[in-house]
Amino acid sequence: MTILDLNAKHIADLSAKRPVRLSVENLNVGFERNGSLRPVVKNVSFDLEAGQCVAIVGESGSGKSVTARTLVGLTGANAVVDAGSIRLGDDDLTALSSKRWRSIRGRRIGFILQDALVSLDPLRPVGKEIEEALALHGWGNRASRKRKVLDLLASVGVPSPRNRARQRPDELSGGLRQRALIASALALDPEIVIADEPTTALDVTVQAQVLLLLEEMKQRGVSIILISHDLSVVAHLADQILVMSGGEVVEQGTAHQILTDPQHPYTRSLINAVPSRKTRGSRLAPAPAAAPVHTAAHANDEHASFDGPVLEASGLVKHFTAPDGSRTTAVDDVSFTLGRGETLGIVGESGSGKSTTARIALALEEADAGTVRLLGQDWSAVPETRRRRLRKQISVVYQDPLSSFDPRWNTERILLDSLPAGAFTTAASKRERVLALLAQVGLPDTVLHRFPLQLSGGQRQRVAIARALAPSPSIVVLDEAVSALDVSIQAQILDLLVDLQKQFGLSYLFISHDLGVISHLSDRVLVMKDGAVVESGTADQVFTAPAHPYTQELLGALPSLDEHRAVSLWPGAASVHSATEGSTP
Amino acid sequence: MTHTLSAKHTDAPPATRRRLTVSPRARSIVEKLVGAGIVLWGAATAAFLAQVALPGDRATTILNVRSGQTQLRTPEELAPINAEYGLQDPVLVQYLDYLGGLLRGDLGISYQQHRPVWGIISEQVGATLALTAVTLVLAWVIMVFWVTLTAGRGPRIRAFGSGVDTVTAGLPPYWLGILLLLVFALGLGWFPVIGGTGVNGIVLPALTLAIPLAGFMGQATRTEFERSLDAPFVLTARMRGMGDVGIRLRHVLRHAVLPAVTLSGWAIGATISGAVIVESLFTRPGIGSVLITAVDSQDLPVVTGVVVLVAATYVVANLLVDLAYTLIDPRMKNS
Repeated sequence: MTILDLNAKHIADLSAKRPVRLSVENLNVGFERNGSLRPVVKNVSFDLEAGQCVAIVGESGSGKSVTARTLVGLTGANAVVDAGSIRLGDDDLTALSSKRWRSIRGRRIGFILQDALVSLDPLRPVGKEIEEALALHGWGNRASRKRKVLDLLASVGVPSPRNRARQRPDELSGGLRQRALIASALALDPEIVIADEPTTALDVTVQAQVLLLLEEMKQRGVSIILISHDLSVVAHLADQILVMSGGEVVEQGTAHQILTDPQHPYTRSLINAVPSRKTRGSRLAPAPAAAPVHTAAHANDEHASFDGPVLEASGLVKHFTAPDGSRTTAVDDVSFTLGRGETLGIVGESGSGKSTTARIALALEEADAGTVRLLGQDWSAVPETRRRRLRKQISVVYQDPLSSFDPRWNTERILLDSLPAGAFTTAASKRERVLALLAQVGLPDTVLHRFPLQLSGGQRQRVAIARALAPSPSIVVLDEAVSALDVSIQAQILDLLVDLQKQFGLSYLFISHDLGVISHLSDRVLVMKDGAVVESGTADQVFTAPAHPYTQELLGALPSLDEHRAVSLWPGAASVHSATEGSTP
Repeated sequence: MTHTLSAKHTDAPPATRRRLTVSPRARSIVEKLVGAGIVLWGAATAAFLAQVALPGDRATTILNVRSGQTQLRTPEELAPINAEYGLQDPVLVQYLDYLGGLLRGDLGISYQQHRPVWGIISEQVGATLALTAVTLVLAWVIMVFWVTLTAGRGPRIRAFGSGVDTVTAGLPPYWLGILLLLVFALGLGWFPVIGGTGVNGIVLPALTLAIPLAGFMGQATRTEFERSLDAPFVLTARMRGMGDVGIRLRHVLRHAVLPAVTLSGWAIGATISGAVIVESLFTRPGIGSVLITAVDSQDLPVVTGVVVLVAATYVVANLLVDLAYTLIDPRMKNS
């Protein structure tokens, strides 16, 4: 017996222990349009073993989601799929009838999409959706399906499943409805589960719970394909990682290799792009092609002559009355100051009152109690006509610029409209200012004639920042301004924000649910929960020695690039099944 | 979008308290009923003012209507009429008498037939309501079938499907009615030429009204149908192995019909007014023929009665629509 034979036997032994469930070889996908073929996935190959997790990581448009959908035969209209082979166990998936496909989907491969609020039918109770998966494949009878639904909900950690099964996605909290979505994918005990950005748009603590649930599934022997734009999300779950860019796999290997010794520059840039306390003061993205443009156009006499905190809020309180007459305290005695050139981070989960606080600071919302002073002058307590003069001192960037732009206006018109009235009188001076703004946010002149829908997510956010800079403000409120962006694009925008702050001495009120981003950018931090500030201090204090249990919980839930973490994701949470979450009434 | 939504719903109220003991459900029902009452009162008042504002002496008009002549009347001739209808009272008194009558269900006395308007209308209203109901059902069946069959099926079929919607939505009922009569009654002899109240007689008149209505509702439904076909929950359903037919019928349709439900409230009212043309075309009994005769002969109490009836139908129809809406989209209950 030769060494080669021995090796072969050894390999055979290994694969006998862990059978390959799914094998993809040279997968190519393109979309046909007007007779020409646009390739979006090129030569993807990987093997998925039982109880293993393969992660596909890349930014939007990298082809990762198309790859995932091709594996269940739902690539889309006009798609041309060309694969060496795709084998699911003993079945060849490259030439299946649509009826055979339907018997595989749900039964042998489960699929989890992001955001259960829209990924489960919003008009139906979640129990019905799970039951549908069972009924489609002829599982049991009506009564046994009903029982199975409750078992499934319990198995993914939904407390009192009997009541929850009757509720619609909008009646459940974000974590519970995502669990229900996962239960619907697990209904028929599939060998493989594909999770496409399963935690995007979720709060960090909920994200941690969902990841833990996937971990448990993996330990039960389910194979997982995890799709994400964020390496830190997949780090502790993945055994194998494929990094995709522009439809190609630029790097592929074990999770350990990719995370500790990345070879390809793109992989390195993805790893560097993850913001955290440790990255503060350093750049997240590779240096931009052009150096920041220095312009003297940020003229702001009022700001220059003022000394002291640029924004002071004291004792802010805001109640909301729901249609059914119940009252919610959205903001409960919140005070803060924002110094010149400083970044104050406000962190909290959805519903913590952070966005309402921002709206009060912008004087878009009237507080029930408390005052806000802007540059030492009355701001919240005076009528809008008197505020108008100061309006240009404070501007805002939102999460989703698409909905804050008029879709029929091109970039040029959006920016011209944002110039302060009276400051620029001639067409030439206006145009000059618009071009300067574009240069400041690192956009080429060519975007001037594009419409919001024709811009990429990163470009749109740059235009939104240029619009916020147009009146030469002292303060920019950034309300989840980078939350909808892929990690790599987010890194570029964060770098840009740091540059602009240095250049113009801007003060940022930075609101986010993402602790990584907050800790990367902020000088001081407020942690909000249920409308109240539970902890505040310098970023170092809060993040290295958190005093409040809630801050500790948030920090523990934060995904990091450390692979193979202990199963307990945050202190004090022994089990995901603990009934800490209820539904909203 | 997702963020604002989730923010709204996870805003678990730590400090909630009830200010009123009235349940929100009961309050919204009371609000709707008050609104309905105001609409009915407005319609009744407008009809009354139209009567008062008409030129000429009303007692003279009544006598002329009854006798079919046009001549000046002596005060002796007019006196009993004035007494019967209370025409010498101040306008405000007449108005209050009229409103009081409406509340008791008394719509007044017909000038021409000299008997209660309510009696005249109630004899005929059944046929019209039957026509309205059949029209609505047919319109829904045609619309749902056509949209489910053609929406989101590739560019050619889609264009054809929505083209048919647009063309049928624009068909004038009298022209369509004549066409249907020529083809199916005179040509093929499948249906009677003169309507009557039989089951067979209602098909062509109902189709005449239902086809344009189906096209009109189809335009709104189609847009929503195609939007829903692209929704993530539809993708999820496909991922669990659901076929195209199941997706269209069990998931997408429910989302897509919401705009058509809203339109149906308007359609019920519009069909009753639209019945005027169809009933005379197919010589069917109904409110339409009552209205035409009454307008011809200036029989104002009857006209008023029909106006109030149509307004009442609109109000009832819209209450039904609200109910149907919350059944289809239970999220509406909370808002």
